[in-house]
Amino acid sequence: MQALTWGRALLRVLLVAPVPLLVLGGATRAERLLISNEKDNTITLVDGDTLAVTATVKVGDRPRGIVLSKDGRSLYICTSDSDHIEVLDLATLTVSRVLPSGPDPELFALSPDGATLYVSNENDNLVSVLDIPCGRITTEIPVGVEPEGMGLSPDGTILVNTSETTSMAHFIDTRTHEILANVLVGSRPRVARFTADGRQVWVSAEVGGTVSVIDAARRQVVHTIGFAIPGVPAESVQPVGIVLTPDQATAFVALGPANRVAVVDAHSYEIRKYLLVGQRVWNLALSGDGKRLFTTNGVSNDMSVIDVAALRVTKSVPVGRLPWGVVVAP
Amino acid sequence: MQISGGPARLPWWGWMAPRLVMLLVVSSLCSPAARADALVSAAYLALVPQHRPPSSALEPPPADAGLQGARLGMADNQTTGRFTHQVFRLDESVQPDAAGVLAAARQMAAAGQRLFITDLPAPLLLQVSALPEMREALLLDATSEDDSLRGADCRANVVHLLPSRAMLADALMQFLAVKRWRNLLLVTGPAEADRSYADALRRSARKFQLRIVADKPWAFEPGAQRTDTGHLTIGAEVARFTQGLSYDVLVVADTENGFGDDLAFRMTDPRPVAGTHGLVPAAWARPFEQWGATQLQTRFLRQAGRWMTTHDYGAWMAGRAIGEAASRGGETGVATYIRGPAFGLAAFKGMRLRFRDWDGQLRQPVLLADARSLVSVSPQPGYLHQTSELDTLGIDRPETACKL
Repeated sequence: MQALTWGRALLRVLLVAPVPLLVLGGATRAERLLISNEKDNTITLVDGDTLAVTATVKVGDRPRGIVLSKDGRSLYICTSDSDHIEVLDLATLTVSRVLPSGPDPELFALSPDGATLYVSNENDNLVSVLDIPCGRITTEIPVGVEPEGMGLSPDGTILVNTSETTSMAHFIDTRTHEILANVLVGSRPRVARFTADGRQVWVSAEVGGTVSVIDAARRQVVHTIGFAIPGVPAESVQPVGIVLTPDQATAFVALGPANRVAVVDAHSYEIRKYLLVGQRVWNLALSGDGKRLFTTNGVSNDMSVIDVAALRVTKSVPVGRLPWGVVVAP
Repeated sequence: MQISGGPARLPWWGWMAPRLVMLLVVSSLCSPAARADALVSAAYLALVPQHRPPSSALEPPPADAGLQGARLGMADNQTTGRFTHQVFRLDESVQPDAAGVLAAARQMAAAGQRLFITDLPAPLLLQVSALPEMREALLLDATSEDDSLRGADCRANVVHLLPSRAMLADALMQFLAVKRWRNLLLVTGPAEADRSYADALRRSARKFQLRIVADKPWAFEPGAQRTDTGHLTIGAEVARFTQGLSYDVLVVADTENGFGDDLAFRMTDPRPVAGTHGLVPAAWARPFEQWGATQLQTRFLRQAGRWMTTHDYGAWMAGRAIGEAASRGGETGVATYIRGPAFGLAAFKGMRLRFRDWDGQLRQPVLLADARSLVSVSPQPGYLHQTSELDTLGIDRPETACKL
């Protein structure tokens, strides 16, 4: 037992160690954008400077949720219909490892130490806790029907999982794996996102058409943001992806088939602007310097690029079919 | 028969029981102030369906269509209920005749039941809704497609979950108009429901400016199903029936599956079949997997051991509508909340669904599917509407005959 613990600790050190090296070495190389294409079973790589597609990599079936490893060298991919997680080596662009996930993994969150993935199993009403170094599932936490969104507090102690049919945000203690609170949010909640200071959780509700802002300490909804766009039917407003700027001043919310990204003042919760992007905008990611926002547009099969300071859409980049998730790799 | 309280006791959740027990332990440990669970009770009231034997023996209609959907809807509600401290209970009453249905309705209403998920033919539904005991109740009509129930015969205490025939017909005609398949041969079966379906198709063809070039009743006796070389007879009959006509699509109204399966490939000119057979407009379809529908298909298959039918889907939506209203509006205000502005049902159609205030109809997209694939979803892009594009399907506010 002791030996195992030591072994795991060593592995953790190895996993974490390369981070500072990479930050130093990354200054000369352009960022890379990684997009999962749900229909094509591929990951598209886009050069952050030129915005040209540099590679398209075949992966498992129906890649949806993606997250970058803490050392920035690998991409974890929920290949939902293959019922596992694939690890894409970003140097060789090959799948270097396959991890168990439980059935139908859709979204996941990576612990701050980079050693644990919390995976939502949409078909099985579970959150699986995956020990990455050991490559096995250590715990399954039963939650509501169709678990989806996964948000982790910045210190990694609280996990928020949303369940689509149950319409709940479940607050889970990551040490004890116990559910601490269940907060009723809008119908079909999708994405849960903690603010950088860990004080709030923002939860989007696709069918409810709202974003619930939850006080993370009291675990109560403090504000519900609604969206009304002139000329767009209310049914088309389906909030999914949420990104907050690092200074916590602004939130961006992808509104699905409304084809718009809402720009929200994160203090007053007022909508500052709606930005017209591609069709069925789903997920969002900020560039490392926070100056650009990237969106995946599932129906128009492209990625929109938004100038954050000017609040303007500057470009659209064709990617694979049904682009779903996007992350920025340094 | 009564389906009772605690989720761990629900028989259709047997496969989940160990996990539920775990979860119940966890949630009871962590609820800071343990309080008594509030009961949300609904009844499932049905007349045993009377089926004529269909022409195909391949898929006999399931005996528990509808009921299984209501059970799953209430089970889904319970997953929210265990966090909001509500217990959902379904009282099931499936009666062999109309008198039994009326007696059961009276009895349950007298015992305080206010929410009824119904699977009843239109005349019986009207009788039940007119019972004095039902004045305070809400009937969630889970299975009818009848236009008159949404029109002249509408009732203030009834809402309708499945699309009306007018909505189904409009969904199909919009698609045909977009494809520019404008000339139709309409073939109508002998049943009363066939005639109503055909009426809806005629009205919709006028609405979307399609032309019914020939409107023919299907008058052949079905006869014995398993005669040797029977395919020669039916092949010859359909070829003669369709000879000398110039049309783009054969549209069929055969709600009892008497002959609709026997039309494709037998007609004189090669033409697609649509309507009750071929390309079918419907609320639910077996190949449907979009907007997370896979989850519902899988859950249902696990529970019922068979595929979800349209009637199951209607009853599931009725159950979920009750759950949604109870978790957001409280267990006592379900009937009011369901018809209010805040209500929105997530039913795997990619948008929230609400009831039309002029006739109690749930507005919703309609699938167009054949047996093995989803072809399209209406409303078709480009059919615009001043309030909701979903209201391009069916009877809109200005034209309704319903006076609530």
